[in-house]
Amino acid sequence: MKQHDIQLDSEGKLRHFLTIEGLKKQMLLDILDYAENFSSVGNRQVKKVPLLRGKTIANLFFEPSTRTRTTFELAAKRLSADVLNININTSATTKGESLLDMLHNLEAMQVDMFVVRHNSSGAAHFIAQHVAPHVSVINAGDGSHAHPTQAMLDMFTIRRHKQDFTKLTVAIVGDIMHSRVARSQIHALNTLGVPEVRVIGPQTIIPNEAAHLGVHVYHDMQQGLQNVDVVIMLRLQRERMEGALLPSEHEYFHMFGLTEKKLKLAKPDAIVMHPGPINRGVEIESTVADGPQSVILEQVTHGISVRMAAMSMALGRSSLAEVQD
Amino acid sequence: MHIKISNGLVIDPANNIENKHDIYISEGRIAAVGKQPEGFTLDKTIDASGCHVIPGIVDLRARLREPGLENKGTIASETRAAAASGITTLCIPPDTTPVIDSTSVVELIHQRAQEAGYAKVVTLGALTAGLSGEQLSEMALLKKYGQCVGVSNALIPVSNNLIMRRAMEYAASCGLTVFLHSQDEGLAGNGCAHEGAISTRLGLPGIPETAETNAIARDLLLIEQTGVHAHFCHISSARAVQMIARAQYDGLPVTADVTAHHLHLTEMDIGFFDSNCHVKPPLRTQRDREALVAALATGNLNAICSDHEPHDADAKLAPFAETEAGISTLETLLPLSLRLAEELSLSDVVNRLTWQPAKILGIDAGTLSVGEKADICIYNPNTSWMMDPQQMLSSGRNTPFAGWELKGKVEHTLLNGKVVYSI
Repeated sequence: MKQHDIQLDSEGKLRHFLTIEGLKKQMLLDILDYAENFSSVGNRQVKKVPLLRGKTIANLFFEPSTRTRTTFELAAKRLSADVLNININTSATTKGESLLDMLHNLEAMQVDMFVVRHNSSGAAHFIAQHVAPHVSVINAGDGSHAHPTQAMLDMFTIRRHKQDFTKLTVAIVGDIMHSRVARSQIHALNTLGVPEVRVIGPQTIIPNEAAHLGVHVYHDMQQGLQNVDVVIMLRLQRERMEGALLPSEHEYFHMFGLTEKKLKLAKPDAIVMHPGPINRGVEIESTVADGPQSVILEQVTHGISVRMAAMSMALGRSSLAEVQD
Repeated sequence: MHIKISNGLVIDPANNIENKHDIYISEGRIAAVGKQPEGFTLDKTIDASGCHVIPGIVDLRARLREPGLENKGTIASETRAAAASGITTLCIPPDTTPVIDSTSVVELIHQRAQEAGYAKVVTLGALTAGLSGEQLSEMALLKKYGQCVGVSNALIPVSNNLIMRRAMEYAASCGLTVFLHSQDEGLAGNGCAHEGAISTRLGLPGIPETAETNAIARDLLLIEQTGVHAHFCHISSARAVQMIARAQYDGLPVTADVTAHHLHLTEMDIGFFDSNCHVKPPLRTQRDREALVAALATGNLNAICSDHEPHDADAKLAPFAETEAGISTLETLLPLSLRLAEELSLSDVVNRLTWQPAKILGIDAGTLSVGEKADICIYNPNTSWMMDPQQMLSSGRNTPFAGWELKGKVEHTLLNGKVVYSI
């Protein structure tokens, strides 16, 4: 009855990229394969491909962000698109202009794609429901709901190191309750066939209904890290101390911070990931963050090629063959 | 004016009637059910063949938005929609702007309703002045000069236990029923959906079941202590139903209602952020929904109401959590209630829409007894229609029922023996 496939066009191709939920495994693999082909562009003398020449992409950031916005901007520029960066907290909505009015104004300027970050869950869906038919929307993070490009760059990084998703145990540690990254990662890992996804944290920051997302819940780091192949640490927001969710950063680090000692519980070749920015000494020890098992900086690099893949697929400009040429 | 309503199936739960009868109306009142009274000269006949003839619906809670939010609706626009939906009496909660804590606001509301002439309006006075939760309102005066039928703090909880106790005590001594929206503000936080599988999936801040049950527990203890008559508004969870049933069994003077939408929708209906499903209290689980229907059948939930909250289009045009809560429900109240006829008898459904709410409000309405004001709803139970927001009479077209195939269409509504709506 309801339109559930707003992300896909009538031919089943990606039109908007709002959430991992509901996308087929092959679609996720396509994104990873496209990204693989784009990953060499950054190493070229001329770091550009002409796929989106003449297209205009607007980065609409209602929340401050450095890395995500920068990698989206770089991705768009490497695809030869024109990029507009609009930081909304300093702009129109403070003048009382509604979100929709602002979008329609930008549409009137022939923008082809909106990359949206917003502090309210569902904002990207809302925008996608109201844009003109030729406009695509990419969700760069909405509230606690979804951050699909981050999840895909994480999958890309995992695949680089681990090849076969169907043999992995992955643990996500930290504030699952408020994390859009975790939700998207969980959907992606499940869709790609990871047999065991764990979430680890105290009960205050793991939703009661977490099991519905398809994960196993651990409140004990020692148990949760046993024999895992991938450890994903989430950033701990400082404001979580205020809502009586956690007593202190000190205690959190003691119980759930990733140290070299705790990492030894995982498989010897386990990789350590973090979506950034890192709170050293809160959720992760520096020696681990900078250690041999850390792939945190790789994630940042891969962010560019994964976002190039999502943008070029959504703007319908490329087939895999074209990219390979 | 002498009117005869002929050949309809008359359902009048207060008098245990569910038979084919003719109804005779004279001078705005029911003159007879069944046999034509002697000397009755007919001015007009309404043919109700194939139709059900029931008392005009008494809606325990509907926001008409006037005074204060006329961009969302007016007393004229919303009572007109009510008349077309078979509703002849509406009870307005006190959260208008200004708040119903003085008789002048009540006078304005009654005057506007009278000018419009589509339905009767009764009001709940504020429990605390300005709904601030700090100071008692002038309840006795609101009752005496404003004809307020009860008191309520609307959707704003009184979080201070002592003030709630005093307010209940004072209301008890005034003989006023307290209408309660029981929700613990701390537990509800900034939630906008039931805390459960869907809010977890969508990353929406949740309102746990305990936000409701915790507050009901407090309220029940204070009701027991103060002896006040209390009515729980829009119960949403199975656990809350249990607690209220237990209190009724123990003999506490409590009643409760449920909205028609909570009887039909669950958290699942939010889908991908459908803001038309953003409502207070939140839509809960399938298990809760089934418990609400069951409690309606047993009578632990005494009445069905609309909890009508019309909104302007902009109020719903934003990401889910940023939209205003509420559903425009006058026009779906009867057909959604009739859908329950598998779980409840038809007479029980009608009872929960008419006689029971009238008793809760303590007003003369909700029955077709001889001598009562002739407020009557005549509907065809077999007419199917598609809910189309564009066809709604209410100013608020915020409905999650768009596209639903509904059965039961009002053909005539009479208010004090006068036809205020005909198809």
